[in-house]
Amino acid sequence: MALNSKVPHGPLKDKWTDYKNKINLVNPANKRHIDVIVVGTGLAGGSAAATLAELGYNVKSFAYQDSPRRAHSIAAQGGINAAKNYQGDGDSTYRLFYDTVKGGDYRSREANVYRLAEVSANIIDQCVAQGVPFARDYGGLLDNRSFGGVLVSRTFYAKGQTGQQLLLGAYSAMNRQIARGKIEMFNRHEMLDVVVVDGKARGIIARNLVTGEIERHSAHAVVIASGGYGNVYFLSTNAMGSNVTAGWKVHKKGAYFANPCYTQIHPTCIPRSGDYQSKLTLMSESLRNDGRIWVPKNLEDVKAIREGKLKPTDLTEEQRDYYLERRYPAFGNLVPRDVASRAAKERCDAGFGVNATGEAVYLDFAASFERYGSEQAKIQNISNPSPEKIKQLGQEIVRAKYGNLFQMYEKIVDENPYETPMMIYPAVHYTMGGVWVDYNLMTTIPGCYAIGEANFSDHGANRLGASALMQGLADGYFVLPYTIGDYLSDDIRTGKISTDTPEFDAAEKEVTERINFLINNKGIHSVDHYHKKLGKIMWDKCGMSRNKEGLEEAIEEISALREDFWKNVLVPGTANEYNEQLAKAGRVADFLELGELFAKDALVREESAGGHFREEYQTEDGEAKRMKEFQFVSAWEYKGEPKNAVLHKEDLAYENIEVKERSYK
Amino acid sequence: MNLTLKIWRQLDASDKGKMVDYKVTEISEHMSFLEMMDVLNEQLIASGKEPVAFDHDCREGICGMCSMYINGEAHGPDRGVTTCQLHMRMFKDGDTITIEPFRAAAFPVIKDLVVDRSAFDRIQHSGGYISVNTSGNTQDANATLISKTAADKAMDAATCIGCGACVATCKNSSAMLFVGAKVSQYALLPQGQVEATDRVMNMVHQMDLEGFGNCTNTGACEIECPKGISLENIARMNREFLKASVKG
Repeated sequence: MALNSKVPHGPLKDKWTDYKNKINLVNPANKRHIDVIVVGTGLAGGSAAATLAELGYNVKSFAYQDSPRRAHSIAAQGGINAAKNYQGDGDSTYRLFYDTVKGGDYRSREANVYRLAEVSANIIDQCVAQGVPFARDYGGLLDNRSFGGVLVSRTFYAKGQTGQQLLLGAYSAMNRQIARGKIEMFNRHEMLDVVVVDGKARGIIARNLVTGEIERHSAHAVVIASGGYGNVYFLSTNAMGSNVTAGWKVHKKGAYFANPCYTQIHPTCIPRSGDYQSKLTLMSESLRNDGRIWVPKNLEDVKAIREGKLKPTDLTEEQRDYYLERRYPAFGNLVPRDVASRAAKERCDAGFGVNATGEAVYLDFAASFERYGSEQAKIQNISNPSPEKIKQLGQEIVRAKYGNLFQMYEKIVDENPYETPMMIYPAVHYTMGGVWVDYNLMTTIPGCYAIGEANFSDHGANRLGASALMQGLADGYFVLPYTIGDYLSDDIRTGKISTDTPEFDAAEKEVTERINFLINNKGIHSVDHYHKKLGKIMWDKCGMSRNKEGLEEAIEEISALREDFWKNVLVPGTANEYNEQLAKAGRVADFLELGELFAKDALVREESAGGHFREEYQTEDGEAKRMKEFQFVSAWEYKGEPKNAVLHKEDLAYENIEVKERSYK
Repeated sequence: MNLTLKIWRQLDASDKGKMVDYKVTEISEHMSFLEMMDVLNEQLIASGKEPVAFDHDCREGICGMCSMYINGEAHGPDRGVTTCQLHMRMFKDGDTITIEPFRAAAFPVIKDLVVDRSAFDRIQHSGGYISVNTSGNTQDANATLISKTAADKAMDAATCIGCGACVATCKNSSAMLFVGAKVSQYALLPQGQVEATDRVMNMVHQMDLEGFGNCTNTGACEIECPKGISLENIARMNREFLKASVKG
């Protein structure tokens, strides 16, 4: 099947408006006869479910957690971008579009990104109307902060809990529709397959995670909003339950999977401390606004620090290497995430890592304490303030901005970041790749949509900070509700979809057999045993930098590990009860397939772009080297084993932006 | 360190349940409490036993899913943290740790340490929202000025993660801190004013229907709340309720 992105014709800035003017709509009286399934209740799924229900569709929402409010969007900290230009610093729709395409290393689709930038301002209006308590300044207007990879302040935030507040906004909109009966909510349910009838997505098979019951749910369209697949690495900043299963199941039923190798390794996470570690914790990128990143200049100092003979605060300015400021004077500590992560790895690989594992750099706030403190002293009219007073005043400002992050750090590391610099190291955080979708956000299965992190569409090879929240809400509030109407307008006479059909029988049978196999296997290794092994292969060979040899090994190793899993996995308990190990076994089985496709995708992409860094393709000073012939989206078609997947290319054209070497110097 | 764990095991909602003792060894002080539970579960799986079921997801203290009652305290002995952020450095070698589910009539046990907190969702359905449809035409976000103090206070109330520690802690199993936080967030913002009367009446009504107890001002909820939600939110809810009752 040829890939058709269905991008409308016409000038970039008119595409979305013209498109909306011309699509088919569904009459309000007909909407109530149409059902839509939404899998996932994060920012994308939650906002989509609420909006579709407001429009009059009957929505069925599914979440594996005990409440929609727990989806992992809640953990997003720093903020959400919007081209409001409230600061009058030169922001515009075009500039947000430009920054996003450049930040994505020219590997995203122009028309989608422009639409994203266009609706970004609506998101802020909508969220404020819902009662989201964004930060404000003393005049009562909304406040902004700046984020990596851009030269304007366009990020709106709610302390360090922006994701939480936006998600609670979407959750509240869902609650209103649940109360009206327009959303039927299925908590503690997991989608285990999509059902395709006559070529169209017409329902799902779900498992009730409390009773173990396998359920059939039909609908006129199915929306996948199940987030990213960072947990393929075992250790990531994702929630423990975050998984690829919904996306992978639709892939196996005909949806192409795009750019799986584009993974974001976030530069500011708390370093790992031991083998028992179950997850990694992110410290918001917003900290890079006020924190300076450094390692000691001299290896002797590194050694002394590791041995506990020297404290970081003992080093003078001259003994420190602020390597981001040194290498990237224009953007300094605010370079995009991929660049910051690789720079940290470069220093640590060279032996300058500052903790016992050699995998940590400092994030230092001392300069900010002084800067804010001096400013406060002036505001408060304190003459000749002592250095201690200045530090204390400065710390109060930093506490107000990032207090919860500092507290979180202290609880985990057991060090006070107000007194000694934080230690950070990159960790897997977000996946730009995902289910391939066209301009309508529809996958290659008619009637099956993918939104938010689950799709691949807007971030190219690297996502800018504060853009995930923007994309999730743009898709759910402002894009999907229009595009899905165009598709559903053909379905007004279809009537209720029956679940009593051979297609549902077959899908349910497949799901049940797999569950029974896992339960009855009675092998020797736990599910986590396999997940950890997979994670290690992924991190070592498909991590921050990759090469041909390693990727070829990874493909073999993952394939062998998958075979071992199906022979020797041990799942305790039964299928008809609350059984977390069983749920996890199914997820890890899917990761074991995705991981191999990931490595294959990385192997085929013989260039470096954004989060995908191939050692063979770098410039003389170690920056990513893009290759013109790889200016396409890799969309993989399922053909049995991951190694047999067939590559389809969607060529990317840049008509409104000049493709340049991406420089932050 | 080596520890003895006394853990509540309960097959399902209809099972009577009992405390069972387990031993874990070589626990690092840098582990989180849930990582210690992972060690126990791997040990149980390897010996052919059923792992302990417990709720958890983000493991960074924000999703509100984890919910253990540890040594008689919701989320354990540390302050301002959820169980997933509780670290083993709070315990010492040889300790015996008692682990129970959050207990309240409105939170029935599903299995072991997993409880059903859907009562919280139903309270939110009854009024925890502002009735605004999605459109690209709501007024500009800066059209209504909101004082920084009001916005900050609303934010403080809105940081509630809905974990239920307040209920588990309260001797009356009262949910007033949870409900008070939501009512306060909207009461403090101009957007919330239009529906203020119905909201507080409906949410309080639903709270009573779910079987949560009343508040007797002991303040235990505020101490155990991992997000430091203040008692003043309960006072504000009472004020809003009174106002609404008078208005009718």
